[in-house]
Amino acid sequence: MAQGMNLKPFYWGLGLVAVGGGAWIWASLNRGGVEMYAEPLPASEAAAAASFPGYVLGSESAPIEVNEYADFQCPACGLFWTLTFHDIEERLIRTGRVRWRFHDRPIDGSHRFARMAAHAAACADEQGRFWPMHDQLFANQRAWSAERNPERSFRAYARAVGLDLSQYDDCMQTGRFRARIQAEAEAADNLGITSTPTFVVGRMRISGAQPYDQFKRLIDSLSTQPVPSR
Amino acid sequence: MVSAMLALAGFFVSLYLWLWKLGAVGSLSCGPGGGCEYVQTSPYAMLFGIPVAFFGVIGYLGLLIVSLLGLQPRWAERREPTVALVALSGAALGFTAYLTYLEAAVIHAWCRWCLVSAGIIAAIFLTSLVGLRAAVSD
Repeated sequence: MAQGMNLKPFYWGLGLVAVGGGAWIWASLNRGGVEMYAEPLPASEAAAAASFPGYVLGSESAPIEVNEYADFQCPACGLFWTLTFHDIEERLIRTGRVRWRFHDRPIDGSHRFARMAAHAAACADEQGRFWPMHDQLFANQRAWSAERNPERSFRAYARAVGLDLSQYDDCMQTGRFRARIQAEAEAADNLGITSTPTFVVGRMRISGAQPYDQFKRLIDSLSTQPVPSR
Repeated sequence: MVSAMLALAGFFVSLYLWLWKLGAVGSLSCGPGGGCEYVQTSPYAMLFGIPVAFFGVIGYLGLLIVSLLGLQPRWAERREPTVALVALSGAALGFTAYLTYLEAAVIHAWCRWCLVSAGIIAAIFLTSLVGLRAAVSD
C-alpha cells in the first residue's frame, strides 16, 4: 500500500488535522460557558446598565412594594421559593395588595452559576417570560447546581417555558445582560445587601427564607399606615 | 492514508458530541433549528447506558490505529490491515445507517454532526474497499 513512499508529509498533515481538531475541541470547551458569567464586569460597563428597575410581578397600583434580592443558586432563596413564594403570589400579589420586584444579587464566591442563571432569566425576560423561567430555575435548583455546566439545563428550561430558542441562544452567547446583572449586584451592595434572600419593604428589611406569616404580618402592619418611600 | 485522515476527523466529531453529552461542552454549534440537541437528548443517543457518541470515539480511534498500522513497513505488504479496515468500517457504516434511519423515521430530526460522521464513515468504507481491491489485484 505505502511501500517506498515518503510518509513524512502525510504525518505532518495528520499532525495538522490533530492540532486543528484539538484546538476546535478546546475552543468548544471554553466558548461561552461558565467562566464568561463568573467574572464580574468592570464598573464602567455596569454603570451604563444601572437604570434597570428589576423584574416586576403584580399591579402597578398595589399599595406596597416588596423588593427581593436573590441569587438563583442560593439554597435559602430556593427554599423561600418552595415554601413561601406561592402563598405570597396567590394571597398578596394576585389580590393586588403587594407588588413584587425581583433583583439579582448573585453571591459570586460560593455560587458559581448564579450569574449564568441570572442571565438565563434575563434572556427569558427579553421574551416576556422571566417569571416562568424564575420558577424553573428555583424548582430545579438542586439539579443544575450540581452540574459541571448547567447551560444545557437552562436551555431545557427555556424550551419548557416556551422561549424562541434561537433568540435565547443568541442572548446567552452574546451575554448581553451581563452588565445589567453587574449593575444590579452593585446596587444591592450599595444598599448593604450581602446575603440572600433579603427583602426590602419600605424601610423594613427581612433576611432569610422567612415563612408566609412573617410577610403577612408585615404587610398587614404597613397597610394600616402610609407607605414609606423606598 | 486517506482513511487515517478521515478517521482522525471522525474522532474529533464524535469526541465533540461525546463531550457535549457529558456536559463539558455547553451548547452544540448546530445551526438553526437545534436538531443536534433534539437528537442527542433523545433516548436513542444512549446504548447500553453509554452515549452513542462514545462508541464513535472508540470506533474512529480503532480505525485510525488500524490505518496507521497498515502504513508501517512490516504491514504495508500484507492484506490484513485492509481487511480489518473494511470489516470495521463496514460494521460502523451499518450502525451509522441504523442511526440515520432513526433520525429520519423515528426521531424526525437531523443532527448535522451525526450526518458529518455518517459521511466520514461512508468515505472510510469506500476508501478501504478500493484499498482491498488494489490489494487483491496485486
